[in-house]
Amino acid sequence: MNSVIWQLVQIVLVVATAPLVTGYVRWVKARLQGRRGPAPWQPYRDLYRLLQKEAIVAHSASWIFRTAPYVTFASVWLAAAMVPTFTTNMFLAPAADLIALVALLAVGRFWTALAGMDVGTAFGGLGASREMLIASLAEPAMLMVSFSLSLVSGTTAPAQIVAFVLSGNVGIEVSLGLAMAALVMVAIAENGRIPIDNPATHLELTMVHEAMVLEYSGRHLAMIEVAAMVRLTLFIALIGCLFAPWGMAQPGGGPVGIMVGMGAFVAKSFVLATALAWFETAIAKMRVFRYADFLGGALLLGLLATIFLYVSEAV
Amino acid sequence: MLIASALLVLLMLFAFAVVAGRRDWSHGIVYAGCFVASMALLSAGIEHLGHRDSAPSVVLPFGLPWLKAHFRIDNLSAFFMLVVNLSAAAASAFAVGYSEHLPERARVTPFYPLFLFGMNAVLVADDAFVFLVAWEFMSLASWLLVLSDHEKAENRKAGMVYLTMAAFGTFCLLPCFGLLAGPGGDYTFAAMRLKELGEVPGALVILLVVLGTGSKAGLVPLHAWLPLAHPAAPSHVSALMSGVMTKVALYGMVRVLFDLHGEVGWQWGAGIMVAGGITAVMGVLYAVMQDDMKRLLAYSTVENIGVVVIGLGLAIAFKADGERNLAALALVAALYHVLNHSIFKTLLFMGAGAVMSATGERSLGALGGLLKRMPWTGAAFLVGAAAISALPPLNGFVSEWLVLQALFKGPAMPHWAMKFGVPVVGAFLALAAALAATCFVRAYGIAFLGRPRSAAAARAVDVSFGMKGAMAVLAALCVFLGVVPVTVTNALSHVVEPLTGVSFAVSADLGWPWLSPVSSTRGSYSATVLVMVGLAMFGAAIVLVHRIGTRAIRAADAWDCGHAEDIPETQYTAQSFAQPLRRAFGATIFRARETVEMPEPGDDSPARHRVHMIDPVWTYLYEGIGKAVDALADLVNRLQYLTVRGYLLMMFGTLVLFLLVVAARQP
Repeated sequence: MNSVIWQLVQIVLVVATAPLVTGYVRWVKARLQGRRGPAPWQPYRDLYRLLQKEAIVAHSASWIFRTAPYVTFASVWLAAAMVPTFTTNMFLAPAADLIALVALLAVGRFWTALAGMDVGTAFGGLGASREMLIASLAEPAMLMVSFSLSLVSGTTAPAQIVAFVLSGNVGIEVSLGLAMAALVMVAIAENGRIPIDNPATHLELTMVHEAMVLEYSGRHLAMIEVAAMVRLTLFIALIGCLFAPWGMAQPGGGPVGIMVGMGAFVAKSFVLATALAWFETAIAKMRVFRYADFLGGALLLGLLATIFLYVSEAV
Repeated sequence: MLIASALLVLLMLFAFAVVAGRRDWSHGIVYAGCFVASMALLSAGIEHLGHRDSAPSVVLPFGLPWLKAHFRIDNLSAFFMLVVNLSAAAASAFAVGYSEHLPERARVTPFYPLFLFGMNAVLVADDAFVFLVAWEFMSLASWLLVLSDHEKAENRKAGMVYLTMAAFGTFCLLPCFGLLAGPGGDYTFAAMRLKELGEVPGALVILLVVLGTGSKAGLVPLHAWLPLAHPAAPSHVSALMSGVMTKVALYGMVRVLFDLHGEVGWQWGAGIMVAGGITAVMGVLYAVMQDDMKRLLAYSTVENIGVVVIGLGLAIAFKADGERNLAALALVAALYHVLNHSIFKTLLFMGAGAVMSATGERSLGALGGLLKRMPWTGAAFLVGAAAISALPPLNGFVSEWLVLQALFKGPAMPHWAMKFGVPVVGAFLALAAALAATCFVRAYGIAFLGRPRSAAAARAVDVSFGMKGAMAVLAALCVFLGVVPVTVTNALSHVVEPLTGVSFAVSADLGWPWLSPVSSTRGSYSATVLVMVGLAMFGAAIVLVHRIGTRAIRAADAWDCGHAEDIPETQYTAQSFAQPLRRAFGATIFRARETVEMPEPGDDSPARHRVHMIDPVWTYLYEGIGKAVDALADLVNRLQYLTVRGYLLMMFGTLVLFLLVVAARQP
């Protein structure tokens, strides 16, 4: 019974806090760049404003264009509901493991890319093509991370990985470090952050995600934006859950455990979001054709993580 | 009994089509008859799958005088019979409407029932002779169908390449069964099972069966005929060649490697797995560059065969290491993918056929905006595209998930080659899955979305009711088989039990909708739950947004950063979509080069942007083989112009050599 309640809390929590996380990253970035920047809760206002505006749909668009924002949002939301944030005692935890999580994110991407091509403009196709290039390397990299985690912990379910790490059976492993590096690189790419994509620009030479969703407006755009925010929260939660699960409540932990878990989640999100803002300020955007090098590197790190497991074992 | 009469009906339909082929009404009757026969065979397959024991062999008094013909159906052949006839029934229903659009249908209709007959007969064969005869029926009937439109030079070339590769396949299978039968020459499968093979013949059998069935299934580098021949045939036939005939080839591989051949070493499993990994990645890389819709689908078949073969190779390796539970998992994953791929590939080829009959075009560059003009075909194709891209909750994802779960267990094997090899194959599989999504976003986005790129595409209307119905049923199956995976794996456990020795125990502790193949803590997936929760979230999102915000919507021109132009050429094209991928993956493998020819100022000739690519398999392998064969032929040619003295000398030399060999073998 508790698991159903915590699941519902989780479902609401991820979508309610996601704009704040994004707003906070923007605020820190502004401060680092010497600007005052809007308040961290500005995204809530933006979203509300977008929801009040009428949606404009091009004549050449089909029903794909109109359903894609909702499908994208629902799939990302569903995926975020599966990643343990403050507790592993969740009803839906066995419904999807890491592989299914990767695939759920792929569903959202598939629809957004199709929507980008639906109107029949040059920008939409450009964005879709680049997004799929990024995905075709980021997705395998993430699966290789799952592979190495499953070899270390014997499971692909995030909740079980948390239980394994918290049980203290794992020391410092080279391959875990490599896997984490790979996952961070994937997270940067999947969220369209610098150096892969710049969420704050509309420059045709560089934009990827923004080019795909260029035709969206009003509530459709709001859905797309929320989906992107939830995705960022998801990856922050995922990195926290897989590589720093400390503090997370376990089944049978009681209300104190839940409170500790909440606090730990807030602290982890705070640290990771600040790190992201600092990293984005410190680094320059990459050329489009160098994505393959960056993400190929992530894939290789993921592969090395699995192989190092045996090398370190043999030594 | 049902099976025999259905097969007989197919043969009679062939005879009827030959006699009445000139009459316009005969084609509908033939395809309707094929539909009924396929449904009968399908029900026979499903009915048999429920039984645990296998039926006894039926001996019919024809064939070789000392052998007679043996037929038998067990769970494995019943499963493949289901796979074959499910698609065959859908394709037959589709063909009733579709064949009206074919220019030379009198050359198609007679061989279609023969093709179905051949595939089904392979599955029920219980001796090598019947198997090979049926195999040839299948090959030659499909070859005739490939050649049905022989006026086009490319189709004639496709037929030639196909015939050569089919001959190569049979050339490998003949000695394979010969070795399995041994010097005693008992060609029944029952006798082959009991026979102990020596080390060298055993290895040869494995090698030959992988080459023989692999060339039919499309293993890289033996796939070269497939993207030529599959698109050349009419679409309902391409659907069956790609979706089903490749599966019959895999049936041959499973039959020999898991059933007839007693012990297959783990090294072979590893080799087969690596071949599957390479096939998957190469197949999808080719597919993502294609401009021809049917050729793209044919290459994607190569990819999916690779995925299945990865599962088969893993199952062999696990079985050889005594990990029978994991072998069952890998085999269930492979067979699940066989079923899934047969359904969505048939669906996609039918979709391509529908597009061709509506527009006369199959090049992506001439399509666009079809979803608005062909809503049913567009929706069905979308389901197929999402399923083949391994997106949950559709069926393609379940089998990929199972294959990945089996792969993740691969390093548990004690061999170092497996510990290092399995992660690499896993990376290949993951890459192939991600690229498949890219490939189908591109195909669907260019063909069905955007604005029409040709007048034919702008005029397209949706196809007839029967064609839409056939596609809708297959699309519904893609959803159904994805949402209730545990039901399917439970049915498949009957199939793998005789082959691996254990039943595939699923969801032992989590209950029905949770698929947890190894144990409940190992990782689980439940499409049923995901779909319900996901739909609830989807609904909640829509309701909430409409509550908080406005529902107003306005139709307007596309914005496109302020410079939208009306000409459809300003859209992204199939070529431009593939460009980043070509740069990232094609530069080394395909040696892709782009050149820009810019005219001098004042010169009004158009600027050109050209892409040069090679096909590495043709350039490095087949052209080499071709040159070697030519050189050998030249060498042999000289023997035809010797003097009488020369011939006498040769005969004398041969005789001496022969006697020496005989003398050396005397104890």
